[in-house]
Amino acid sequence: MGATLNTQVLIIGGGATGTGLARDLALRGVHCILVEKRDINAGASGGNHGLLHSGARYIASDPAAARECRKEGEILKRLAPQCVEQSGGLFVAVPGDDEAYIAEFESRCRKCGISATAVDPKDAREMEPCLSADIIAAYAVEDAAIDPFKLSLDNMAQAMDLGSSQLLHHEVVGFKRQGGRLVEVLLADAIKGGEVRIRADQIINASGAWAGNVAALAGADIDMIYSQGSLMITQMRLGERVINRLRRAADADILVPAGTVSIFGTTSQRIDDPNRCRPTTAEVDAMLADGRAMIPKLEDTRFIRAYAGVRPLVQAGGDSDDRAVSRGYALLDHAADGLDNFITITGGKLTTYRLMAERAADLACRRLGISAPCRTAREPLPVSSQAQYTEPGLTSRMWLKQKDPADLLLCECEMVPMSVFNEIAASLVDGGQRPGLREMGQRSRVGKGPCQGSFCSLRMAAHMYNQGLLKDGEGVRELKDFLNERWRGIQPLLWGVTVAQAELQEALHCGLLGLEVTEMP
Amino acid sequence: MANLRFDDRQGRLKENRSAMDAKQTEPHACQLMVIGAGMAGMAATFFAARNGIAAVQAGLTGETIYASGLFDLYGVAHGGKGEIIDNPWQGLQELKKAYPRHPFSRLPGDQIRLALDLFTGFLGGAGLPYRGYGERNSRLITPVGTIKRSFRVPQTMWAGVAALENRAPCLIVDILGLRGFSAVQIVSTLGAAWPDLKAASIDLPRESRQGPKYPEHLARGLEMEASRRELANAVRPHLGKARYVGLPAILGVHNTETVRTDLEAKLGVPVFEIPTMPPAVSGIRLKEIFDIHMPRQGVNTFYHQTVHAMRQRRDGRFQLDVGRTAAETTVVADAVLLATGRFLGKGLAAQRRGIRESLLDLPVHQPENRSSWHRQDLLDPRGHGINLAGLEVDDGFRPVDAAGRVIYENLYAAGSILAHQDWIRTKSGTGLAVATAYGAVQALAEHPMGRSQP
Repeated sequence: MGATLNTQVLIIGGGATGTGLARDLALRGVHCILVEKRDINAGASGGNHGLLHSGARYIASDPAAARECRKEGEILKRLAPQCVEQSGGLFVAVPGDDEAYIAEFESRCRKCGISATAVDPKDAREMEPCLSADIIAAYAVEDAAIDPFKLSLDNMAQAMDLGSSQLLHHEVVGFKRQGGRLVEVLLADAIKGGEVRIRADQIINASGAWAGNVAALAGADIDMIYSQGSLMITQMRLGERVINRLRRAADADILVPAGTVSIFGTTSQRIDDPNRCRPTTAEVDAMLADGRAMIPKLEDTRFIRAYAGVRPLVQAGGDSDDRAVSRGYALLDHAADGLDNFITITGGKLTTYRLMAERAADLACRRLGISAPCRTAREPLPVSSQAQYTEPGLTSRMWLKQKDPADLLLCECEMVPMSVFNEIAASLVDGGQRPGLREMGQRSRVGKGPCQGSFCSLRMAAHMYNQGLLKDGEGVRELKDFLNERWRGIQPLLWGVTVAQAELQEALHCGLLGLEVTEMP
Repeated sequence: MANLRFDDRQGRLKENRSAMDAKQTEPHACQLMVIGAGMAGMAATFFAARNGIAAVQAGLTGETIYASGLFDLYGVAHGGKGEIIDNPWQGLQELKKAYPRHPFSRLPGDQIRLALDLFTGFLGGAGLPYRGYGERNSRLITPVGTIKRSFRVPQTMWAGVAALENRAPCLIVDILGLRGFSAVQIVSTLGAAWPDLKAASIDLPRESRQGPKYPEHLARGLEMEASRRELANAVRPHLGKARYVGLPAILGVHNTETVRTDLEAKLGVPVFEIPTMPPAVSGIRLKEIFDIHMPRQGVNTFYHQTVHAMRQRRDGRFQLDVGRTAAETTVVADAVLLATGRFLGKGLAAQRRGIRESLLDLPVHQPENRSSWHRQDLLDPRGHGINLAGLEVDDGFRPVDAAGRVIYENLYAAGSILAHQDWIRTKSGTGLAVATAYGAVQALAEHPMGRSQP
């Protein structure tokens, strides 16, 4: 029998919306507990382009969403500048792209209040040398790049400063319902085992693609569609700006800068279970075949990682194209399910997460009789220390500056020293989380360099035993889990020199260490 | 091996040089050109020299530092079921029945045994003795506390096999600053099954230069008696009831037997090495032995050089361009043995649309498309499809086409480039390299082309 916790609002889901909700409510003086079955941004919030849309992408398919994007983009650039790189963006067309769409682009943008300035294709090529010499039209827009991990971690950090709390690796497994109320939520602790119960006045389901599954546990019904989008990270940054294909939203038409790398995507592939989301070789090959018309360099660029996220789409009708289903969010009050303290907020996109959080918080506060207004559209998002080590190059600069030779590097590719590892581990332990290899990878650059974790995983595991963070046979399990997780992102990108690296990795982890064989001493 | 693309600058460089050198340099003529300086290339060259075949060898020896130094033969059954092999000879007989296309299946067991004995004998003579059982695999512990099977292990690791077998009281020692090797990790992982295993961490003040310590540096240091005394003094207080001491692989580079026996004398118990992550000293030892001893076998070696291109001449012999970044020397060979390895060795190139052989674009047996190269889990016990890709050969280890026809009468292949084997998963790396090199050289020696005078 585990503990029973009490709170005003229970938020289910630790993605952008959930963490945004936690901050929004905390700023209104509402106490919340956020529960997440895995880790912060483990779902679509961590599996997207990191693109802060100007809105221009949606001018034709969803003008309302386009306007929302413009407005929310401006707010985030102003209030959360630490998470945003104001790169600007281009929309470019190549021969064969729909000329009517190109012709109407500017006026459609204008109708949505979105700034789009025509750029001579020659000038566009000078601005972005990676563009094809064949481009026939270009427009400059106000797209930007956003770091979704920093965003969620900063949101959650402020919520926690204000007295709310989080339970990561806690999965909702059931609800106790009495009449129209969910009186208790049952959670399974994935790390320590056992059960936790939470009593909350209001429960907000912000579990993204898992919203339908969570609602079903509460006896509510949401008709969800799961659309997988896969993306690829280049080894080097290819463009200074966000580069969009000037056509109706399709596959393989956006390249977004992210620090020292670029992210190319996406796809739209229907899957029947959000847990089955993973990038595939076929998607990668199809994206490259399509994308090289706009950016020929993609053909011989080296990619370091692929990943995928699930777009949680709430079905409205019998549409067949998942991009035609509204990209706007769905706020469900579940009155039709006979529930009066359950709210679902899902769908939408990263750019509008703040607005989604605001709307869901408004509804919860109305039900709680709280009149405090939303403050997230006016107040800056404070910078937390939580996310600092995800920045490429930061730990190496720190390490070189500090010049402490006893502070050994655990990850040589990305230069992450023991001191950073220990600091992250301590903050994880303080937060009641386990400091595993995966968690380290999410909060720092370890495993993201050319060795993709082959060597640093072994150094980290040894260090963790020395620090008492691992015991008994946990290390082998931890290594297997970390390596298989890194592999998800490498496997679809294996050709050329990466196949040689994979061979070395397998020779080490299987040939020498025999991690795939279970032989007892 | 092959880097067929030159930029303009290199292209010109190459032309100028060949124009300049043309009069001075006669092509090197030989009976056998061995391409590759990994384990298969080294074994092939050694066997050729032993057979009195005039051999030239080219390839980069540097990659050998990534070798584990263990002589695996057959530790897990081929086929993806993960069955652990106790007796490799029996295992190989069953392999032959079930998988006749596996390269091992093309050789009689006694020849595989002879090849391994000859090659470990050569290494022993060069100062790197190997040990093992006659009919079964040895088991040793790894730095992550798993169990690894191998057929022949360096003498420096041999006491660890006995320690594990008897679960004897044993002290595992790690060294501050040597990353990726934790005695606590090994002991914690194995502790449940081996309660008399203890861990200790020592500092080596002579090596007190702060910062990371590297196995190679420590190993070269231990060749000095003073360093050994310091190590023994640091270990002694932790000995307790231990009847064995396990250390990371640092017991010298050239004089491992002196280092080991002296440490044993100082500590009063057998001492053994546990492999470390690559590049490990166990690989460096092999590399240095090859660098020093292979030329002494009477072989003309072009180490640090690769074959950039090769073609068959009208007289049937092969002409090869050998050099560092561009062709510097021409070699004319009656026969060629490809021991160019897989993707890491660059014998095969994995292009997005298919796998190619790098030097002659030989047909490569391979999965249908890229989607079936690798499985969704790195550690899937069934193994990856791409690992079975490679060159198909006849019983004389000559590459054949899809119809089974020999492509060149005087072209042989050995080692990991061969198809229908997964050396990583079956724990066969060195055994496969040495055995197939032996098989190819024997076939060549019996073949008239291989004996024709240049």
